[in-house]
Amino acid sequence: MTTFYNQLRAKLMDNNITDRMEKVPYRNLPKKWSFIALVFLLTFSFSQSAFASTSFLPTQAVDTAAGEKLFKANCAACHKLYKPATGPALFEVGDKYDREWLYKWIRNSQELVKSGDATAVKLFNEYNQSVMTAFPTLTNEDIDNIIAYTYTKKKTVAPPPVDPATAGGGGISNNIILAILALMFLMLIIVLVLVNKTLRRFAEAQGVELEEKEKSTPIWKAFVENQFLVLSTSIFLLLAAGYFAYGWMSQIDVNQGYAPVQPIHYSHRIHAGVNKIDCNYCHSSARKSKTSGIPSLNVCMNCHKNIGEVAAETLAEGQSEYGVDYNAEIQKLYAAVGWDEATQSYTGEEKPVKWVRIHNLPDFAYFNHSQHVTVAGVECQTCHGPVEEMEILEQHAPLTMGWCINCHRETNVNVADNEYYEKIHEELSKKYGKERLTAAEMGGLECGKCHY
Amino acid sequence: MKRILTIALLFSASITMVSCFDSDKPNYQYMPNMYKPVGYETYGEYEVFDNVTGGSEAMLPAPNSIPRGWQPYDYPDTNEGRELAKVELTNPLPVTQKNLDKGKEMYDIYCGVCHGDKGDGQGILVKNEKILGIPSYADPGRVITEGGTYHVQMFGLNSMGSYASQTNEEERWQITMHVMNLKAALEGTAPLEIVAPAEDVDGGIAATDETETLEGGDTQEGDDHENEEQH
Repeated sequence: MTTFYNQLRAKLMDNNITDRMEKVPYRNLPKKWSFIALVFLLTFSFSQSAFASTSFLPTQAVDTAAGEKLFKANCAACHKLYKPATGPALFEVGDKYDREWLYKWIRNSQELVKSGDATAVKLFNEYNQSVMTAFPTLTNEDIDNIIAYTYTKKKTVAPPPVDPATAGGGGISNNIILAILALMFLMLIIVLVLVNKTLRRFAEAQGVELEEKEKSTPIWKAFVENQFLVLSTSIFLLLAAGYFAYGWMSQIDVNQGYAPVQPIHYSHRIHAGVNKIDCNYCHSSARKSKTSGIPSLNVCMNCHKNIGEVAAETLAEGQSEYGVDYNAEIQKLYAAVGWDEATQSYTGEEKPVKWVRIHNLPDFAYFNHSQHVTVAGVECQTCHGPVEEMEILEQHAPLTMGWCINCHRETNVNVADNEYYEKIHEELSKKYGKERLTAAEMGGLECGKCHY
Repeated sequence: MKRILTIALLFSASITMVSCFDSDKPNYQYMPNMYKPVGYETYGEYEVFDNVTGGSEAMLPAPNSIPRGWQPYDYPDTNEGRELAKVELTNPLPVTQKNLDKGKEMYDIYCGVCHGDKGDGQGILVKNEKILGIPSYADPGRVITEGGTYHVQMFGLNSMGSYASQTNEEERWQITMHVMNLKAALEGTAPLEIVAPAEDVDGGIAATDETETLEGGDTQEGDDHENEEQH
């Protein structure tokens, strides 16, 4: 296989050379021609690699794989292939500039700008005068490889066929199953009644005497006459009513499982789960203030300035499993923050995103994030559940007073290296006569701690 | 027949009771006056602000106001400003184990996702190919200095955004300290020398003064807790 590939490659190189020889007289032909030649070459090559087919052909074989590696390590922070980023899009950059000029520019662009090179100055000003880092260590060969990589065609992944039955999510199909079950249940009852009727008719026709029930005292009369039964039943009913009333009342304003639809579909699963971004990265005020904060959009843009679209696989997964087009959601973010992708700048037209608050303590209870996150060192997941697995965020804990108190009773206060509690811990451990103290023993159950 | 009817009735009643909670809407409240805040909540939407911000309570601070504990930063967000900061600006914090630990903690939260725990540019986002081209701190093409590191955290650079909203001044300097150590480790040179820890424990006046003026809200909050516990 490899030898076959090598032969093919050698053949391609031959093609290239003849191509070059033919091209020399027609140097002024439109760029289209070189593009067509490139497409021709690409169709005959098995790999994604392409060879620069324009006037300056590298003297030795270029290695697009090495170029890709170098590109991703050095250039990709500011350059994308098909879209402008901090710097221009680099697709087919070898056609746009002279190769020698590119060598100079990449090794030290600022020197070139300062020397007054017209192309360099124009380019520098065009891209907001952001200084391109100098790469003095890249050899000509390296740069050739990178440029060869920039000829890689954009991969187009056909969108997966969306199955209308599954696209709507689990809700519809569940309902259908329930309806079918109910229908079957109903039919069963009808059949039973019919069978019963026919049997009776049969019995009548055959002259079989059906046992007639004796007329006894009706059951309710018997029940009323038995005073003990009445007493115990009423006690039972009262208790049951009390139980259900208590259950019903204690779920008032308990929002466990509350998962509202947000204006922008933000997947905690992708951000905190797949990409393992620390919760504190976005909710940075949880470390030092009362609330964990809703991250402002500039925090989103720290990454999404660079990530304008998700990977093809992620997109397909979102569409098939959750019915969400992640790219459209990123566009919503850009619209809200006023980011123009084409010019890579903020337009100043902002539309606030009206996020729906999920965790909401009533105003008569005081809760402080920093005291739990920074001082006590409680993991976010202890209260918020497995957020890193939630595609749509939902309230995991009931956030009731009993729930708070349970945790305060069970959790030992981490006093190691914690100056906040050094003194009080010493005194209290003497008082209670034990080494480890729970939050409750340090006053975590006092009414005034939370209700002020 | 009657019994079947009662069973069906009970069945449907229990179903409606179970399926009552709609996960798209919050549960109902009893006497909501006790639940809802009297004051305006930070990100709340109120009619009073319709003419000011279009309804949002959150507003920009008055121009030229300075948050408590914030120090003016004079280097402008330009290429020249960055070059100047790179040369002139140095870390005001003393190199202590505490500062280094805090720096590492902050670095792992805010920087490590891209720059990698070792500063080699191999963070998880790079490994997942979400963000590419993150350079190593030891990259010969860039001369990384304390001042430059701080300046870039303050304003961002190219694709990197500003981290001034997520960190305070002290934290940025602590991160800088950790970055310089990572760079030293990558280049194989000696890490920053920790100033005599004994002095720090004794409460060396110079050191504590410095951190207190820098820390602002953070320290105060900590103190509050301490006081609360002692009363």
